[in-house]
Amino acid sequence: MLRQLSFASVLKTRSVPYLLHRKALYSSSSAALQHQEKIKLTPSLETVFSPEFKFIQNAEPIPAYRVMDQSGKVLDESQGPDVSKEFAINIYQKMLTLNIMDNILYEAQRQGRISFYMTHYGEEAFMGSAAAFSPEDVVFGQYREATVLMYRGFTMDEFMNQCYSNDADYGKGRQMPVHYGSKKLNFQTISSPLGTQIPQATGAGYALKLSNRKACAVCFFGEGAASEGDFHAGMNMAATLSSPVIFICRNNGYAISTPSTEQYKGDGIASRGVGYGMDTIRVDGNDVWAVYNASVAARKLAVEKNRPVLIEAMTYRVGHHSTSDDSSKYRDRHEVERRAEMDNPITRLRKWLELKEWWTKEEEDQYRKEARKGIMKSFLAAEKRKKPSVEELFTDVYDELPPNLVEQRQELADLMKKYPEHYSTDNYVSGLK
Amino acid sequence: MTFLATAIRNAAPLVARRAALKQAPVALSAIAQKRWNSNSVEMTVRDALNQALEEELSADEKVFLLGEEVAQYNGAYKVTRGLLDKFGPKRVIDTPITEAGFAGLATGAALSGLKPICEFMTFNFAMQAIDHIVNSAAKTHYMSGGTVKCPIVFRGPNGAAAGVAAQHSQCFAAWYGSVPGLKVVSPWNSEDAKGLLKAAIRDPNPVVVLENELQYGLSFPMSEEAQSSDFVIPIGKAKVEREGKDITVVSHSRSVGFCMEAAEQLAKDGISVEVVNLRSIRPLDVETIVKSVKKTNRIITVEGGWASYGVGSEIAAQIMESDAFDYLDAPLTRVAGADVPTPYARNLEEYAFPDTPIITKVIRDTLDKKIGA
Repeated sequence: MLRQLSFASVLKTRSVPYLLHRKALYSSSSAALQHQEKIKLTPSLETVFSPEFKFIQNAEPIPAYRVMDQSGKVLDESQGPDVSKEFAINIYQKMLTLNIMDNILYEAQRQGRISFYMTHYGEEAFMGSAAAFSPEDVVFGQYREATVLMYRGFTMDEFMNQCYSNDADYGKGRQMPVHYGSKKLNFQTISSPLGTQIPQATGAGYALKLSNRKACAVCFFGEGAASEGDFHAGMNMAATLSSPVIFICRNNGYAISTPSTEQYKGDGIASRGVGYGMDTIRVDGNDVWAVYNASVAARKLAVEKNRPVLIEAMTYRVGHHSTSDDSSKYRDRHEVERRAEMDNPITRLRKWLELKEWWTKEEEDQYRKEARKGIMKSFLAAEKRKKPSVEELFTDVYDELPPNLVEQRQELADLMKKYPEHYSTDNYVSGLK
Repeated sequence: MTFLATAIRNAAPLVARRAALKQAPVALSAIAQKRWNSNSVEMTVRDALNQALEEELSADEKVFLLGEEVAQYNGAYKVTRGLLDKFGPKRVIDTPITEAGFAGLATGAALSGLKPICEFMTFNFAMQAIDHIVNSAAKTHYMSGGTVKCPIVFRGPNGAAAGVAAQHSQCFAAWYGSVPGLKVVSPWNSEDAKGLLKAAIRDPNPVVVLENELQYGLSFPMSEEAQSSDFVIPIGKAKVEREGKDITVVSHSRSVGFCMEAAEQLAKDGISVEVVNLRSIRPLDVETIVKSVKKTNRIITVEGGWASYGVGSEIAAQIMESDAFDYLDAPLTRVAGADVPTPYARNLEEYAFPDTPIITKVIRDTLDKKIGA
């Protein structure tokens, strides 16, 4: 006879120590179990019948893995991280650069110099995930992942050119600012509709698997976007098709004005990964080394075993959603300031570096000054550049211009030639023939 | 409906329609269209599509197929029969029931360099994935400044079926036809089906292939040329299926069959009808239509979809904006589906879509309208 069951199903213990695992909690002789009817759920998961009636509630919320505390002190030495001074400083400097770039471009929008911008304040620790991936890994971002681009080497000029939609913008001036894309850095062009990147990342991972490349897809999204239907579709497909993709949820507490407490009723996003049969971990998203360690381990699972992984990183959106948002309308300014001061990813990493005597205040001041100078240089250069040629209105709708656009382009060219005073191209690269 | 289906239905109401379709009758229009080519064979639209898929899967290992029921079940409508056995589960994939999921997955795979063929059980269900088709597949090449391609094919049955009511019978030609960045094709017969699907798979742009369930079972002659594994039909070119001099009838997909029947019947009364099979919705072959109007001076359009904002409306606008306008002796009339969600009851469903008698009537009416007479 079976004694009381706490769980409706039996789950196998997983071997990786810091990933989620549950133990079988019922006890009975294995002999009795052997004769019992089994319900096969998946090839590796089965359950039994039970006379006990019980609704299941998630008993234990998943803890968030962290490596260092707020003062930069490592909590468990075995968690490392095992990195060199250069590696760590590179990450830190890029976090600083991103922060300063955000300052400048946010102000630029306020001054009417660019039309739109989104900052990363409070979420700079995702530089740690970028550091864990290899250049062949295809990245699908949402819109707050310039960390990855910056880490991979997207230059300040490239950032600025996109935000200014000038003639050097790879997107040829067709996208809003911060909708970066880089083919050479394997960063998919940012797409505005939320969550659509999730099943697409699953597909990209699948493509990598089919072509036997030892690489994975990486998919970022916020806790709000995880409410989209595409989240369910993409996650389920990744699991059932064994697609090598790492899903990273930036749970930053807000989806514009919707707090995460109103976004879901269950145990955040991590609990859902378990439901899809996926390796799942929740991490302290402001601890760059927690993010890094989790990403390294996730990549190994994805690339070596074709297993999708979900990482839910708990963080806090210090800035407004975008330049179109004023978050003081829906949250207390003091709360934000307090969070920014109390749990700042940049500060935490700096303290960790200082504890190791790898960074000093002088170096900090010096670096900030130089970074700011470099950013301003690119900023002003991008501002001065001309906008893309009017020609680019017509190109790339298809691989070749269709007949109607050829006709219309010619019509415009003729008009521009005939009435140049009405079609000033001073601010544009000329090019319509 | 074909002449044969109508005849059988009158004789034995209950099993008639389904049985008629399963027997793959040779369409009256196909007989009308038969070429004097001793090397042509009869092939159903279903088999033509199957052949196209098989040839393209063989030719390019980047091509793969996914959708609900496409693998083990051999396809909800058996279009993908035998492909799993031949190419294996990595190239022919059964997906969970989530159009948003697998269309998104296919789009992501295409953005990453593969060439997916994404099957929707019908395009009605594709609405659950239309964001991926329109916002991602269609627009990415443009938005990425030409750096990211999306060589994807979305295919499946579109428009009227039989007895499946409103949510399984809508025509989406106008919906996808309006989107820059997409190519949209709508085959009528077996040659169209094979040639256009092959062209779509080889095209580096995203292509929507609007098939028709009722056409799957119909047989048409396949010329020797069409039997070759290199046979493609250029996207964006219409075909004059039947030459005539009194009136131009422009149509696509299943409706072309009814137009051909109407032309055949009217020929007995000395009325010479030119039937233009669009083949492609986007790009629309305006040149062929204009050339025909200049010859006949009269035009009607026939489609299964709704009239409002439809394919016929677009053609009317294009004619008005072209020099064909001065050649018209009568205004264009659109023959289209009734402006209602498709009803289920068979008698009502018959009234909901254009058929040969309606087309014949509208042709006659148009010919009787002489400007100034």
